[in-house]
Amino acid sequence: MANLEIDFCGIKSPNPFWLASAPPTNSGYQVQKAFDQGWGGVVWKTIGAPVMNVCNRYGTMDYKGTKIIGLNNVELISDRPIDVNLREIAETKKLFPKNTVICSVMVESKKEAWQEIIKRAEQTGCDGFELNFGCPHGMSERGMGSAMGQVPEYTCMVTEWVMDVATIPVIVKLTPNITDIVQPARAAIKGRGSALSLINTINSIIGVDIDTFEIRPNVGGKGGHGGYAGPAVKPIALHLLSAVGADPEVQRSGVPISGMGGIETWRDAVEFMLLGATSVQVCTAVMHWGFRIVEDMIDGMSNWMDERGFESPHDFIGKSLPRISHFGDFDLGFQSVARIDHNKCINCNLCYVACNDAAHQCIDLKNVQLKNIGNGEGKLMPVVREEDCVGCDLCSTVCPVDDCISMVEIETGRPHVTWNELSQKRPEITQDWGKMEEYRKEIGLHIH
Amino acid sequence: MAEHYKPFKYMPWEMSLEERFQEYHPPYSEREAVLESNRCLYCHDAPCMVACPTTIDIPTFIRKISTGNVKGSAKTILESNLMGASCSRVCPVEVLCEGACVLQHDHKPITIGRLQRYAMDYANERNIDFFKKGEPNGFKVAVIGAGPAGLSCAGELAKRGFDVTVLEKREWGGGLDTYGIVVFREPVEVSLKEVTMIEKLGVEFKFNVEVGKDVTFEDLVKQYDSIFVSVGLGAVPEMSIPGEELQGVYDGLAFIEETKIMPLKDIKYGNRVCVIGAGNTGIDCATIARRLGSERVSIIYRRSEAEMPAYHFEYQFAMNEGVSFMFLTQPVEVVGENGQVKALKCIRMDLGQPDASGRRSPVEVAGSEFEIPCDMVIKAIGQKKLTPITDKLGEFGVKLIKGYIEVDNATNRTHHPKIYAGGDCIRSKGEASTVMAVEDGKIAANGIHVALCGEKAHKVPALTSKM
Repeated sequence: MANLEIDFCGIKSPNPFWLASAPPTNSGYQVQKAFDQGWGGVVWKTIGAPVMNVCNRYGTMDYKGTKIIGLNNVELISDRPIDVNLREIAETKKLFPKNTVICSVMVESKKEAWQEIIKRAEQTGCDGFELNFGCPHGMSERGMGSAMGQVPEYTCMVTEWVMDVATIPVIVKLTPNITDIVQPARAAIKGRGSALSLINTINSIIGVDIDTFEIRPNVGGKGGHGGYAGPAVKPIALHLLSAVGADPEVQRSGVPISGMGGIETWRDAVEFMLLGATSVQVCTAVMHWGFRIVEDMIDGMSNWMDERGFESPHDFIGKSLPRISHFGDFDLGFQSVARIDHNKCINCNLCYVACNDAAHQCIDLKNVQLKNIGNGEGKLMPVVREEDCVGCDLCSTVCPVDDCISMVEIETGRPHVTWNELSQKRPEITQDWGKMEEYRKEIGLHIH
Repeated sequence: MAEHYKPFKYMPWEMSLEERFQEYHPPYSEREAVLESNRCLYCHDAPCMVACPTTIDIPTFIRKISTGNVKGSAKTILESNLMGASCSRVCPVEVLCEGACVLQHDHKPITIGRLQRYAMDYANERNIDFFKKGEPNGFKVAVIGAGPAGLSCAGELAKRGFDVTVLEKREWGGGLDTYGIVVFREPVEVSLKEVTMIEKLGVEFKFNVEVGKDVTFEDLVKQYDSIFVSVGLGAVPEMSIPGEELQGVYDGLAFIEETKIMPLKDIKYGNRVCVIGAGNTGIDCATIARRLGSERVSIIYRRSEAEMPAYHFEYQFAMNEGVSFMFLTQPVEVVGENGQVKALKCIRMDLGQPDASGRRSPVEVAGSEFEIPCDMVIKAIGQKKLTPITDKLGEFGVKLIKGYIEVDNATNRTHHPKIYAGGDCIRSKGEASTVMAVEDGKIAANGIHVALCGEKAHKVPALTSKM
C-alpha cells in the first residue's frame, strides 16, 4: 500500500484528504470522529466575528433522479463562541497530534482584530491558519469573506497583517467569484502567504418553486444568493486551480495549493492533485454521505498509485500542469475523426441527430451489412463521412455505449502550426477572410 | 428471480449443450455495474449488511465499484467472507441482503449478488492476492473437510499465523460449491479458485484422505492443538419404498455432481423424469434434466407450495424452465419392468393438523393411488448424517442434537475443548447454506484463536487483514 503522507509547507499530514472549513468541521466531536475514520486533516469551521444563522440553509441541485449534484448554502461561519472553538481545537490537536488541524479565521478588516485572533488561536497548537477571503454570503455584506478576496489589495494587506504575527503556515483561501483569480493569488503571495486554497463556493440561486414562486432555500418567504458547491462545480474548480497553478508568479513562489470544489471520490482527488493541489478538501460529499467515504478515498488512491508505481503523492502532484496551455498554442494540424463500431452500435441514432442538428452534418444513416448478424439484408445505421468530419467529438460524447464511437487521430499532411505561429509568420491570414480561404486551399482544408 | 433474469428458452436445436449450461446470469458489463452501484443509497448501518450472515460491508463494496476502485471493493468483500465469489452466485440473496434492501419498498432492491460477483470476477481475472499468511504463532490446526466452512476457517486461521492442514476425502476442495451446485449457478472453476486462494495463504491440503480410514481421530487430537470438523452431510437417504433399487433411480446430489465433473454429453438422463422433493437440490435436479433434454420433468412433493423448502425464486425459475410441480403427492412405489424404472406410483395427500415443526402434516387420501409413467426417478429428499464420524466424535465426548454436532454458538466449540465444528454438520436449525458455513468457519477461527492465544487475540492486527 502506497504511503499517502504529504508535506504541505512543512505541515506533515498522514494523507492529502482534508475536510474543508464547513459544517462537518463545526465541533471537536465531529473532527475527532473524522480523524478516527481516516481523514488526514481538517480546516476547522471559520471562527471570528459574532453571527446568527437562519433557516432553511441549504438548497440542492438534483438531476434526473440523482440527489445533490450541487449544494447551495446560506450558512455563516461558526456560530459558536470563539472560546469554545479554541478549547475544542486544542483538545483535538492533543488527541490527534499526527493529524493536521488548520484554523480558519475571518474577522472584520482591522489589523488589531486579525492579529489578536491569530495570536490567540496559535495557543491551541493548531498546525496552520486558513484566511477565509471567500465566503460569498452574509459575511461579505459586512465587508468580510469574499469582499476581501475580491480586492487584491485587501487580500495582500490582510495577509501581511497576519504574517507579521503568525509563526505557523498561513493558507489564503480564494474566492471564485472574481474575473481573474490569478490576481488575488498573486496578492496573497505578495502579502507573504505560505499557501493558497481554492475554490470557495460560487454565488448562486439554486432554484425557484414554480408553484409558490418562492426562492430556494426559502428563508421565511425570502431567498437570496448562497454559495454553490458539490460535484457540479468541479470543472470550474479545476480550471481555477490550473489557472493559479500554472501562473509563473505562483510557480516561482513555490507555495503549495490545497484544492477543493466538488471532490467526492479518490478519482476527483487525483485530478486535483495532477493539476497541482498538494492536499484536497472535501465538504459536500461528506454532508451527503458522512465521514466514512474517506476509507475508499484512501484505498482507491493507494491502489491507483500502486498500479502506477508512485510511492508518494509528491510523485504525481502537478504532473498534468505542464499540459495546461492556451488556445493560441494548440496544434491546428491535429486532426481526429469519428469511427463508429457498428458491432457495438445499438441504433439509438443519437450521434446522427447530434451531428445533423448541432454539428457539421457528416453522419449519414446508411444501409450497413454486418458480418454474422441479421439475414444479410443489412440495416440502417449511422455512418461517418470521414472526409467531412471536423473532429468535433460531439457524437462520441452523446453515444451511450462504451467504446462504440472513438475519435481516431489521422494524419492529413496539413502543417502542424499554431494560431500564434500563424499570426506571427503570416498575419494576413489571421486578419483577412479572403487570405484565410486561400490558405485553406493551399493546405487542403475544406469546410463544407 | 431478479428482473435481470432472462428466461431460458427451451430450444435445444438453437443452443449447444455447453451453451445451455453456461451461468444463466451473464456477468455485468462495467457500465451496468457502475449504473447499478450508483443506485445504491449507501445507507448507514445498512439493513443489507445486517442481513448478511457474514456481515459483508455491502454499502462500502458497492460504493467502491461506483468510484472505480473495484480492487478495493473485492477486498472489502473478502475481508468478511473469503468465499465471496461462491456466495455471490449461490446465496439466496432474495431472502438475505437484497430482501433487506431499503429500496425494495418503493422500487427495486439493488442487485447486490450480481455486483458482488462483478467485483469478485474482477479480482479473479487479475489474480490479485489480497491476504498473506500471518506471522507463525506455533499452533497447529487440522480442518476436516474442505467445504466452505473448512476453507473459511482454514483461511482465517492462516491469516493469523496458524499452521493449518486440511484433510479432504474427495479429489477436490470446495465441498458442495464444487460438487453440489448445478454448474449454471456456479461453474466449478469458481470454487476451485477459492481453494487455490486458501492454499496460497500457506494452508496445506491433503486430498483423498478420509479421517477414520486413512488417519485416525485419535492421532489428530494428539498431533494438533485444535481440530475443526466441517464434514458436511452424506448422500440422499433411502425413501424406504418398494422399487428403490431399480435401475433409473438416482441420488440427486450425485446427479448434480455429474454436471460438474463429467462431459455434459456423457450424462445419462431420462425422457420422463420424476424428481422427489421440492428443496434446492430438487430444483437443481429438475432444471438440469430439462437443460439436458428431458421432455417431461415433474417435481413430486407431499405437502403444498406453502411448505416447500425451495425459495420462491427457485420455484419460479423451475417453472420458467418448464418443470411441472405435483404438490400433495406422495410416492409409494417405484414400478419397474425388467429391472428398469417404468413408473412412479403415488398417492394424493391432504393437509391435516400442524405437526411439531408447525407445518401442516400431509394425510393420505384413501384410494387415490395413481401412476406417473417415467424412466428416471431422482431422489432429492435431504442428506443423511455421517453417523460413522459423529459416532466416533461421541467417543471424545462430543454431543449431538438431532444427529447434528452440538456447538457453543459464540465459538463453535463442541463439548470437547479441542474440537470445533461448523457447516451443514452442525445445522440442527436454520437453513444450510454456503454463507452460513463461511460464517461458522469464521466463528470457529475466532474461537480457536482466543482459546489458544488468549483474549487479547481479538485485537491482533492480523484480524483487520490490512496489507
